[in-house]
Amino acid sequence: MNNSALSKWFVSREGVYYLLLALLLVVILPLVLDPFRLNMVGKYLTYAFVALGLVMCWGKAGILSLGQGVFFGLGGYCMAMFLKLEASSPENTAIQSTPGIPDFMDWNQLTELPWFWEPFHSFSFTLLAVIGVPVLLAFIIGFAMFTRRVGGVYFAIITQAIAAILTILIIGQQGFTGGINGITDLQTLNGWDIRTDEARTTLYFICVGMLFLCLFVARLVQNRKLGRILMAMNAQENRVRFSGYDVAAFKIFVFCLAAAFAGVGGAMFTLLVGFMSPSFIGIVASIEMVIFCALGGRLSILGAVYGALIVNAAKSGFSESFPELWPFAMGALFIGVVLAFPDGLAGLYRSYVMPLEDRLFRRDKDKGAPVAGTAASKPAAANENDDEPVIDNYSPEKS
Amino acid sequence: MFDGYTTSEVMSIFAMQGFAGLSLFSVFVLMALGLAIIFGQMGVINMAHGEFMILGAYTTYLTSGFFQSYLPSLFGGYFFIAMILAFLVCAALGALVEWLMIRRLYHRPLDTLLATWGLSLIMQQAYRSIFGAREVGVELPEWMLGAFNVTDLVQLPINGLFVMIIALLIAGGLYLLMYRSGYGTKVRAVVQNRPMAEAVGINSAGIDRATFALGCGIAGVAGAAFTMIGSTGPSSGQAYIVDTFLIVVFGGAQSLIGTIVSAFGISQAQSTMEFFMGGSMAKVLTLLVVVGILMLRPEGLMALKVRR
Repeated sequence: MNNSALSKWFVSREGVYYLLLALLLVVILPLVLDPFRLNMVGKYLTYAFVALGLVMCWGKAGILSLGQGVFFGLGGYCMAMFLKLEASSPENTAIQSTPGIPDFMDWNQLTELPWFWEPFHSFSFTLLAVIGVPVLLAFIIGFAMFTRRVGGVYFAIITQAIAAILTILIIGQQGFTGGINGITDLQTLNGWDIRTDEARTTLYFICVGMLFLCLFVARLVQNRKLGRILMAMNAQENRVRFSGYDVAAFKIFVFCLAAAFAGVGGAMFTLLVGFMSPSFIGIVASIEMVIFCALGGRLSILGAVYGALIVNAAKSGFSESFPELWPFAMGALFIGVVLAFPDGLAGLYRSYVMPLEDRLFRRDKDKGAPVAGTAASKPAAANENDDEPVIDNYSPEKS
Repeated sequence: MFDGYTTSEVMSIFAMQGFAGLSLFSVFVLMALGLAIIFGQMGVINMAHGEFMILGAYTTYLTSGFFQSYLPSLFGGYFFIAMILAFLVCAALGALVEWLMIRRLYHRPLDTLLATWGLSLIMQQAYRSIFGAREVGVELPEWMLGAFNVTDLVQLPINGLFVMIIALLIAGGLYLLMYRSGYGTKVRAVVQNRPMAEAVGINSAGIDRATFALGCGIAGVAGAAFTMIGSTGPSSGQAYIVDTFLIVVFGGAQSLIGTIVSAFGISQAQSTMEFFMGGSMAKVLTLLVVVGILMLRPEGLMALKVRR
C-alpha cells in the first residue's frame, strides 16, 4: 500500500472501524480505567488473540477446534517458564535444598532442572518458543488429521481430547510443571519488575500493539486469494479440491496461524496476569474461547476483539455480584448465539446499524466507494467493507 | 514395573484391576451406547450427555429417598423402579430438547456441539442450585453389599457385578431393538441413506426424535447404574464426557459392536495401568494412544462401509 492508498484506506468505512477500536483501546480505556481495571481489560484482550485465530480457523475455513486453550497455554507456559527461571536465581532461592531451581521443583524433591527447562534461560529462545511450540503441535495435529481428510465433528472431538490430555499431564507432573497451581510468583522480565502498576500499563499497551499486528496479519490473509480459498473450502470443499488446490495444506496453514495467535495471546496473558495455570488450558476454558469468537461474529475479525471483551467483562461482572447466575447466562449465550444469531454481533451490526449509517453518511459513502474502487485493482474493489464480508453463497446448510 | 510382586500376586492384581475396569466399562458402555446411536444416526454430538446421565443419577437418589421414607419394606427393590424412572425422565427431557433445539440444527453439526454445551452448563448449574454443590450418594440395599470371594486374593464386589449385568442387558436389548425390530430397520435405513429412506416413506424426523430420546434415556439408566458404584455431584458427568466421545469415535461411529469393544479396551487399559503408574499417567497414556490411533485410522475400529 503506498502512502495515498493508505490515507484513503483510513477514511474508508473499514478504516474507520479499525480507528474506532484503536481509539477505544489506546485512548479511552486507559483514561477512564484505573490501572487494576486496565490490567483486567488487558487480560480480556489476550483472549481476543485466540478468538481472532478462531475467526480465521472456524469462521473462515470451517475447522472448529475445541482445543485452542492448548496453544494459548503452551504460549503462556513458555513465557512463564522463562520468567520463573529468572525469578529462581540461586540468590533468590538460597533457602531451598537445591538453590537455583523453581520452588515447586524443590518441594517435589527434584534436585536438578529438567532438560526441557534448560533452553528457557534464553529470552530469544523463549520468544521463538512462544510461537514455535504451538505452531509445531498444530502442524503435527493438522498434518495427521487433514491429510487423512478428517474434519468436522471428529476434529473437534480430537482437539478436545488433546486439551484434556495436556491438562491431566500438567496437573499430574507436578514436579516438572507446577501442577494444578501452575507456575506462580513471577517477578521480573529481564530485570524489569512486571508487578508494578506502570509495568502493567506498559504491558497493556504492548498487548494492544501485538493485537493490532495480529489483526492486520489476519486481514492480510483474509483479503488475499488465500482468504478466498479458505472461505470456498468452508462452503464447498470438494469443488476446491477438484479445482486443483491442496485443501489439506490450506487447512494446516490456517490451523497453525490460529495456534500462533493463541500462543502470542497466552504469552501476553502470563505477562499481564503474572502466572499461568492449567485451568486456562482445559476443556472448559477452550470451549469458552469459541464463544468469544461466536458472539463477536464468526466471520468478523474485529468482532473477535469485541466478543472477547464483552464476554469476559460480563463474566467478571456476574462473578462479582451473582456467581450462581453466570453459568445460566453462559449457557443461554451458547444456545442463543447458535440458534438465534449465528453471525454474532457483527451480523446484528450489519443488518441493523449499517443501514442507519448508510442513511446518515450517504455523502461520505458516495465519495468513499469510487475512491476505493479506483485506487486498487478490480478484485480489491469487490473487497470493500471486507472486515465483515457478506458472503452470499455462504450457506451453513452445506452437506 | 512388576518388581516385588510374586506371580500369583500379579495375576490377582490383574484380575482385581480388570474387574475394577469392568465397572468403569459398564458406565462407559451405557454412556457411549446412548451417544453412539445419536451420533451414528444424526451426526450430532450431544455435549450434554454427561448431564443427562447425572439427571438419571439424581432421579435414582430421589427415588431411594422416597422409598426410604415411605416404603421401607420395598427398599430392596427400589433400584429397578429408579432405573425405569431415570430412563423415562431423561428420555422425556431428551425429546423436549430435540424438539426445541436440536432439530433446527441438523445441518450444522458443529453448532449442535456448542448449543448442547450451553445446555450442559445450564443443567449443571441447575443441579447445583437444586441439590447443592456437595456430592450425594444413595444407600445400597443390603443384598448389594458385600463381595464374592473367588480366591483368597481376588474379591469381586456385588454392586460392581450387578452394574455390569445391567450394562450387558441394556446392550443386548439395544442390539435386539436395532437389528430385530421395525424401528431398528428404519433407523438403519436412515443412517445408511437418509434421502432414500425418506423417499420410501420413513418419517425420518420422527425417527430422529425417538432416537435422541432413546439415547438420552440410556444415559439416564447409566446414571442410575452410576449411583451404585460412586457418588453423584453436579459436575460428575463432565468427567466422563471426553472419554465417552473418544470411545464412540474410536469404535467407529456407526457400529454398536465397535463401541462396546472400544469401551472395553479403553477401560481395561486405563484401570490396569492405573495400578502401576498412578491415575493421571494411566489416563494420559490411554488417551494418547487412542488419539494416536485415531490419527492413523480416523474411521475408527469398525467402520460402516457406505457409499457417500
